[in-house]
Amino acid sequence: MDKLDHVLEHIDSKGINRRDFIKLTTLVTSVLGLAPAMIPKVAQAMTAKERPTVIWLHFAECTGCSEAFIRSSYPWIDELVLEVLNVAYHETIMAPAGHAAEKSLHEAMERYKGKYILVCEGGIPTADGGVWGKVAGRPMIEIAKEAAKGAVAVMAMGTCACYGGVQAAKPNPTKAMGVGEALGIQTINLAGCPPNPVNAVSAVVQFLLLGRTPALDDYGRPKFAYGATIHDKCPRRAHFEEAEFVKRFGDEGAINGWCLFEMGCKGPDTHNNCSLVKFNDGTNWPVGAGHPCLGCSEPQFWDNMAPFYTSKP
Amino acid sequence: MAKLTIDPITRIEGHLRIDVEIENGKVKDAWSSAQLFRGLEIILKGRDPRDAPHITQRACGVCTEVHALASIRALDDAAGVKIPDLARLTRNLLHGVQFIHDHITHFYVLHALDWVDVVNALQADPKKTAALADSLGNYPNSGVNDFRDVKARLQKFVDSGQLGPFANGYWGHPDYRLPAEANLLAAAHYIEWLRMQTRAARMMAMLGGKNPHVQVHVTGGVSCVQDVMDVERLSEFLWYLQAMRRFIDNVYLPDLLAVASFYKDWGGIGGTTNFLAYGNFPQKSGPYGQEDMWLPGGVIFDRDIAKPQPVDPARITEEVKRAWYADGEPRHPYQGVTEPILPDYDYEGKYSFFKAPRYEGRPMEVGPLAQMLMAYAGGVAPVKASVEAVLKHLDIPVTALFSTLGRTAARAIQTKVITDEMELWVNQIVERLRVGDTETVARWQWPGEAMGMGLIDVPRGALGHWVKQNAQNRIDNYQLVVPSTWNLGPRDAKGQLGPVEESLVGTPVADPKRPVEILRTVHSFDPCIACGVHVIDPHTNEVYKFKVL
Repeated sequence: MDKLDHVLEHIDSKGINRRDFIKLTTLVTSVLGLAPAMIPKVAQAMTAKERPTVIWLHFAECTGCSEAFIRSSYPWIDELVLEVLNVAYHETIMAPAGHAAEKSLHEAMERYKGKYILVCEGGIPTADGGVWGKVAGRPMIEIAKEAAKGAVAVMAMGTCACYGGVQAAKPNPTKAMGVGEALGIQTINLAGCPPNPVNAVSAVVQFLLLGRTPALDDYGRPKFAYGATIHDKCPRRAHFEEAEFVKRFGDEGAINGWCLFEMGCKGPDTHNNCSLVKFNDGTNWPVGAGHPCLGCSEPQFWDNMAPFYTSKP
Repeated sequence: MAKLTIDPITRIEGHLRIDVEIENGKVKDAWSSAQLFRGLEIILKGRDPRDAPHITQRACGVCTEVHALASIRALDDAAGVKIPDLARLTRNLLHGVQFIHDHITHFYVLHALDWVDVVNALQADPKKTAALADSLGNYPNSGVNDFRDVKARLQKFVDSGQLGPFANGYWGHPDYRLPAEANLLAAAHYIEWLRMQTRAARMMAMLGGKNPHVQVHVTGGVSCVQDVMDVERLSEFLWYLQAMRRFIDNVYLPDLLAVASFYKDWGGIGGTTNFLAYGNFPQKSGPYGQEDMWLPGGVIFDRDIAKPQPVDPARITEEVKRAWYADGEPRHPYQGVTEPILPDYDYEGKYSFFKAPRYEGRPMEVGPLAQMLMAYAGGVAPVKASVEAVLKHLDIPVTALFSTLGRTAARAIQTKVITDEMELWVNQIVERLRVGDTETVARWQWPGEAMGMGLIDVPRGALGHWVKQNAQNRIDNYQLVVPSTWNLGPRDAKGQLGPVEESLVGTPVADPKRPVEILRTVHSFDPCIACGVHVIDPHTNEVYKFKVL
């Protein structure tokens, strides 16, 4: 464990709490399915001398993915921003506005050319040259193209950036689509509405660790998080096998925590690790709150999974 | 005369452009423009109404929960269902958490950098900062070592040469007025709240499944029967609630007063004229409109808080003369027509994707200031006491509330009174459980052809959802009139400015290259604008006609 000690000394010098950091690396290592021996390497990947630069762009979205990311507590968001990453551009938290904000963006794209991780939140409106969404007077699609050019990897944060999201639901008035499709590139798709911050942090760590994109499924999602269905790992699964179903919200079955399949649960068709990681530090998840899964990490789920309260044949 | 464009406005949700004309160091005219169009209302058409709370919730991931709540109230109203007490109390608690989370995050993360010079904190003496903290409140993590630690972290961060989101801020601007010790205090509390807010999110997840985007509201009630019946869960919720109260009483309110005392002249800058609130937190369940709201709704014209009037939803209209839609008459949401045109910015003509909502043809400010003015005028005791305490502490008159400072103070007052009240609601749930009440969802039937309305005050102001469903129980028409269109909407046919535009006129600007004063007033509204989307199909320009009520 010499290596780990060395890393921890480095951690101390950065002002990060040792205990929290060990928790973080352990959590990330387990989400990624790595052996415990990898913990020092994970720690090392997160304490590079020059912090890895992140440029985070907002397109057609609701900011829910940023909000989810800001709820990260392994590591805490202040550690991510001050000690782990160099978040050079993020409209929701950055100090400058207008021209000064534009300056931050262009300086970062120039200085870290070929090195920065581009995080995209939101779908990209493509109708009429993309005029339905602009920042600083430029259509979002132009900004995305320019920023993607110098990026070492493009992460699509959330279902909108992955597959277009809610604005791409029928009849898709602005011809919104995912960043990968709009730009014709492969993105790392952190699907979910919102995606779990644990999976986002794990994807970044894995990228830093291996220097390459994590293994992805057919829809561009990292297999470590999206390899199994909700249904496969659902704590209510035994009730499904016993044919014990909730028939009406608030009924006896609901009080007893029975299976929500007949209430429209899309768990069998949805790939994500919600039931294992849960949300907000493992506090709860939709099925835990007695509500069916909507299927939010599947492509085009607003159309393919709806209506949400009717079970699929 | 110099025109100044600020685009993007950062530290908000959504894509906003602000233009101002500056003359003799002051704003002479202003334009507020929404730069994104998403089209949720057209996407809702033809769908199962029960899906609407999920779709409309994606109007905003910051105002998570509020659209779900307005939407479910509209569906309850359409179905004519009276929800059980446990559901009402659970919804009130979730809604209360949203206020705590939004308002404190706004103050520290989105608004503070307009008043606080973080870089100047490096000049502070941690001992003096600890003494200052001690004089303001009683909170842990406020010792000399804590502030020394924060200062060291900031120093290392600055020395790294990678300033991340703090690069290119307006540091050193002559109108940053706090002493270095207060800047360090605020920087420490910025970091403290970044961590604390994850607890607010956990509170919402305890009863709502997750945060952002709760999955718990169902027609007739809430789905989280297991969590509501779990006394351990409720205790956990209460414990977190107490932690929030400690933070509000010992950190948020003292910081607000401390910062405000250096910026008292902002009690005369950034005001508007008319105010609208729908009311909040039902104290008993009833068909919509017959509920007893703890915080009352109302309308105030011309700042006359002696004469609040009840809200009549029939007087709400939206106008499009200066928005990127084909011209038409002002219309009630149920009659809304939307015919979009390609966005071409024109100061003299159309310049925003927002429509301009009006009440009796007049622009209205919505939000915490409107809500607190209504509660103050209505004599709600804790609100009256808090407002008077703040005015007395700052030694400013009641008229100073109509300002950027007043808006920021109202947000803090509202956070405090709601948080204090929430403990009562948890206890009321426990009382219901004690007598064996486990009903969380009322039985209801599909209403067939029906209309419903969900009006509710949310952290950013008055939010309204209107739904009309057909005989096949599918959505015929769904309209949202949201806080940020009220506040950030454009001019109307009469040339009346929207509230943010009105508030900016007269704002001093010391250095147009670093317009921190503009940000102060714009941010004081807590803009959150992804929600201001309207029905549109840019390809067919199809016009949707709605029945008159």
